Amino acid sequence: MLITELKSKEEILSLAGEKAFIINCLGCKEIYFPEKEAKELQKELSDAGRVTGILTTDYICNPDNMKLRLQAYLEQIEEADTVLVFSCGVGVQTVADFLEDKKVCAACDTIRLPGFQGVTPTEVDCGQCGECYLNLTGGICPITACSKSLVNGPCGGTKDGKCEVDPSMECGWERIYRRLEKLGRLDVLRFPTQMHDFSTDEVTKECKES
Amino acid sequence: MKITDLFERGEFAVSAEVGPPKGIHIEEMIEDAKKYLGGVDAINVTDCQSSVMRVGSLAVCKELKDAGMNPIFQLACRDRNRIALESDLLSAAMFGIDNVLALTGDHTKMGDHPQAKPVFDLDSVSLLHTMCVLESGKDLGGNDLVGEPPKFAKGAVVSPCSDSVDAQLVKMEKKIEAGAEFFQTQAVFDSEKFIRFMERAKQFGKPVMLGIIIPKSAGMCKFMNNNVAGISVPDSILEELKADKEKTKAGITGVEIAARIIRECKPYCQGVHIMSLGWESKIPSLLEQSGLAR
Repeated sequence: MLITELKSKEEILSLAGEKAFIINCLGCKEIYFPEKEAKELQKELSDAGRVTGILTTDYICNPDNMKLRLQAYLEQIEEADTVLVFSCGVGVQTVADFLEDKKVCAACDTIRLPGFQGVTPTEVDCGQCGECYLNLTGGICPITACSKSLVNGPCGGTKDGKCEVDPSMECGWERIYRRLEKLGRLDVLRFPTQMHDFSTDEVTKECKES
Repeated sequence: MKITDLFERGEFAVSAEVGPPKGIHIEEMIEDAKKYLGGVDAINVTDCQSSVMRVGSLAVCKELKDAGMNPIFQLACRDRNRIALESDLLSAAMFGIDNVLALTGDHTKMGDHPQAKPVFDLDSVSLLHTMCVLESGKDLGGNDLVGEPPKFAKGAVVSPCSDSVDAQLVKMEKKIEAGAEFFQTQAVFDSEKFIRFMERAKQFGKPVMLGIIIPKSAGMCKFMNNNVAGISVPDSILEELKADKEKTKAGITGVEIAARIIRECKPYCQGVHIMSLGWESKIPSLLEQSGLAR
């Protein structure tokens, strides 16, 4: 868990679908996690009968740890149509990789914290861009998985599924397309034109000051 | 003249491409364009193509326009942030250059300045959206433009022979939603593949200009097969180029091949875009052989 802030309440309520399983990661909570606001929101969902279970744990960025923690909740996860993850982008991606047949959504945006890159070294990377795209991209980060950090689909530089810049790297958008195809959720790609907001560094400043 | 006017009139449009030099003398390029490109409707000017630094696309567009030709301003997102992109779009409109082809651009690592910072503040989709915002009299910051807003013929690219055609079609649709009014394609060497692509792309109802490269040699085609995304030259074409080396060297075989592809694909598309890669002099005979000479 890196520095996060909650997405808007309306967005989270809509992401939750009819039945959601909720995962909270408090792994690096000493850094920053909007715990109180998250709990209030989750209670509201729970009271409305829209939650199949809540797992509050730590370091879901560590795949082995995360799988172990999730084992006891597989039925509740099965029952849910969405797994809503309150964590940094690394956590969401690690869960989405594991539950590859499940709709996994990010409830938070991860904000850049200079000098801090997360605790568990894995291949999954979060750009800490402050504007999490994982809900549009099947839980694969276009900021870190695409050489150009494109947010509106692939460029024309894919050859045999590989990136033109680094032939040992899979095209991030090809991965996103295949993931959403497997989930039967290609319609998600019809999102409106995205323009990344690079002014989020200001938020970092505010967080550090508070 | 907006190239979209031709499509609206149901005309089959032809464009060709010129690559500005790495230097300030473009007289020869302008003379070649006058000599060989009289038969095309518009001339694309590449924007530091393949991430190789050259004289600017916009400046060359202006020179072509002053010389009586109709330029298409290629604008890539690799080297400019949104402020510079918007500013260059306004500059183009000020010069009366109203055809713009929006590109994401190759990565800086692919070119002759691999140390350069890749910008990609916007991409081809959000650049098309940006043109629409400017046309509405605003900028991306939400501020009003002074006076009458610009109006562009907004073009984009698509790669019909890509090995990830499904994802390409998704992107094409996103470009249309963002404002694309016409498409130019990556070079096509396999007519059947292109026709299959068009069967799926025609649902979008936007004009598509078939991309054509005149093949210069079997070696060039092998290089493109190995190194250029979205291009696949079939073995049969490689054999044709190998058969008579002198004929190939003279450009006769390449023009025959390109003309054949155009004739085969013409019923399925709305125009042709020729990327001559230095062989501008072959364009008149290519137009002749493909039945597009006027």
